[in-house]
Amino acid sequence: MADFNIRSDSVNVEQIMQQIRAKIREKRGVDYTEQQIRELAAVKLERFLDPQKVRSGLLEQFRKGGISPLENYSFEDTTLFESHRAPLRWIRRLLRPILKLQFNPNPLIHVLHMQADINTRQTQYTEISYELLHNLVLETTRLSIEVKNLKMRVESMSSRFDFAERRARALEGIVQYRSEEKTAEAPARGRAPHAQAPQAPPAQPGPSAQAPAPDADQAAGIEARRRRRRRRGRRGGPTSRVPGEGAAAGANGTGDEAVSSGPDDQAPKSGGRDDEGRERAAGTDAPTAPDREDQ
Amino acid sequence: MKLAVVVQRYGTAIAGGAELHARHVAEHLSKYAEVEVLTSCARDYVTWRNELPAGRDVVNGLMVRRFPVRHRRSVERFGRLSATVFQQTHSVADELAWLDAEGPTSPGLIEYIRSNRDAYDFFLFWSFRYYQAYYGARAVPDRAVLVPTAEREPAIGVSLFRPLLNGVRGVVYLTPEERDLVNGASGNDSIPSIVAGSGSEVPERVEPGRFRQKYGIEGPFAIYVGRIDQNKGCDELFDFFVRFTRSERSPMQLVLCGNSILPIPDNPRIRHLGFVPDEDKFDGIAASELLVMPSYYESLSIVALEAWATGKPVLANAKCDVLKGQCLRSNAGLFYETWDEFAEALSWFARRPEQARALGANGCAYFRRHYAWPVVEKQYMDLLDDLAREKPSGGGPLSEPLPGWWQRRKLTLPPAEYVLERLPKGPSRRS
Repeated sequence: MADFNIRSDSVNVEQIMQQIRAKIREKRGVDYTEQQIRELAAVKLERFLDPQKVRSGLLEQFRKGGISPLENYSFEDTTLFESHRAPLRWIRRLLRPILKLQFNPNPLIHVLHMQADINTRQTQYTEISYELLHNLVLETTRLSIEVKNLKMRVESMSSRFDFAERRARALEGIVQYRSEEKTAEAPARGRAPHAQAPQAPPAQPGPSAQAPAPDADQAAGIEARRRRRRRRGRRGGPTSRVPGEGAAAGANGTGDEAVSSGPDDQAPKSGGRDDEGRERAAGTDAPTAPDREDQ
Repeated sequence: MKLAVVVQRYGTAIAGGAELHARHVAEHLSKYAEVEVLTSCARDYVTWRNELPAGRDVVNGLMVRRFPVRHRRSVERFGRLSATVFQQTHSVADELAWLDAEGPTSPGLIEYIRSNRDAYDFFLFWSFRYYQAYYGARAVPDRAVLVPTAEREPAIGVSLFRPLLNGVRGVVYLTPEERDLVNGASGNDSIPSIVAGSGSEVPERVEPGRFRQKYGIEGPFAIYVGRIDQNKGCDELFDFFVRFTRSERSPMQLVLCGNSILPIPDNPRIRHLGFVPDEDKFDGIAASELLVMPSYYESLSIVALEAWATGKPVLANAKCDVLKGQCLRSNAGLFYETWDEFAEALSWFARRPEQARALGANGCAYFRRHYAWPVVEKQYMDLLDDLAREKPSGGGPLSEPLPGWWQRRKLTLPPAEYVLERLPKGPSRRS
């Protein structure tokens, strides 16, 4: 057997179980005790047996155990020959063999005994039916509460999932932006401000322009535009904008998505405002309406 | 003191819970008294077929007398009578027919007890629901001590057993829950009784590393030991554990030791090792984080006691009153009723190894206090000594004759399930 040095009086099973149940309640949101579920079910049962919709007093009848409570009787082998008068009882007992010579009363006694038993069972059966009905409603209530809780959990998980997805996109954008920035900085340092910028690749309509990760590219594009806007702001603000620059929106035929994933994404590589002008002149850069609105 | 242990089956190859308990008790009491075993020739509890030779035999140094069973159990007849007795208003004759159908009907055994009553100081009858316990105790009520091994099942509501439980000299219960159940069914609170479980032969040294190496198991795991059966709650355990693996990030695995009559889910975190020898079983328990006990009905879970003896906590099914009561009294196990509780409790074990070890330490202390063999042996011998000192009061309910022909056939007895429903539920608060 094992030997222990751990202080074992510090744990209490009942407390641990309480903590576990509290945690479950916390997770599940609204939780009901067994008693509460019973109460809820009872309320529902009353509603289910609404006198206006069903029949008045149906519940009461159910509870009493039948449409009209039967007065049951007990029937034993001596019942047929009973009497409160002792001499009569004695005479009947004396004459019983003669009676039995004429007909056999035993099947009659047996059947009536069984009938009394059937009556008793019927009463029990009605009680059980009520209990069964009650339990069914109880279970339905429990299930409906569980469904409600599950719906809430699904909604919560869905919103969490959306948030996580948005966050992932944003993070991917930042990573791409930084790597592009690093690659762009190196050639920019070795180039004169007015040197000929490398020809930006023309916008390619269609899926190839958006691949491989349109969402990530879009996020990266937004970041790039924001950066340019900040630069513009430092150099002269919105007034320095070239009039009519939004006219080329959708020039590549793919709308906003194409704009964000097209040559505009390459802008930081040539760096500076002159490059932007060139791109716009080539009709590939198209600051969109939302872009202006942002400013 | 000379004792007779009367049990439905006996032998080293018989692994039924009550029979194993009877064998262990008989072997341990033989240190203090002369013990003989009186049993049937049957090995299979479904058919009670006579498989072992009648007459004397010696098993682990104890004299065993076997008596033939008169007829095999007819499953169809027994099922029909069980339905009558358990679910319908019935008569004493129905109950007697049910008991005869259940078996093992061995009039030779009863006759031997009756004719040799003075040869033994006490007859210890195992399992109240079987033929040999009922008729054997009726044959020697003033020397009868009953080990009912009662569970929450309809048989406890059979009216025939009321005089049996009230008419014996003493009763040995396995757990306080069993005592409450039997007291509720028969009102036998005044009968001298003890609550004495069963000890276990736990090895002094266990080697968890050897188990992990032999079966290639890494990482934390919960272990289940026993027959993998729906009756043991294993289907619910599988359902809960598979859901747990999908929803929780815990690396906890489930290792199953025992023969399976239930399909094992195809899940990489569930490992089924099949039947393992005792050495591996104890090494496995020692290597695990906890033992899972999903059974709904247990009169005494020996494997839970073995886990506690090894210093491991238990996660038990709270729907089993005995297991829940054991966990609360020992302060050494958690319990679950729903999937949420199962998942949270399992995560708790994974998150808090120190506290889990403290629970295991409580279990070890609990086992030593109540279930070590010297403790159990002393409880039995104290009860028997007390009973030997007292003079038996004659004319108990077992001495009364059975009702007459007509009375026996009166349909006046309530269904056993109806009686069972009204018996006390929940873990016992009495120690």
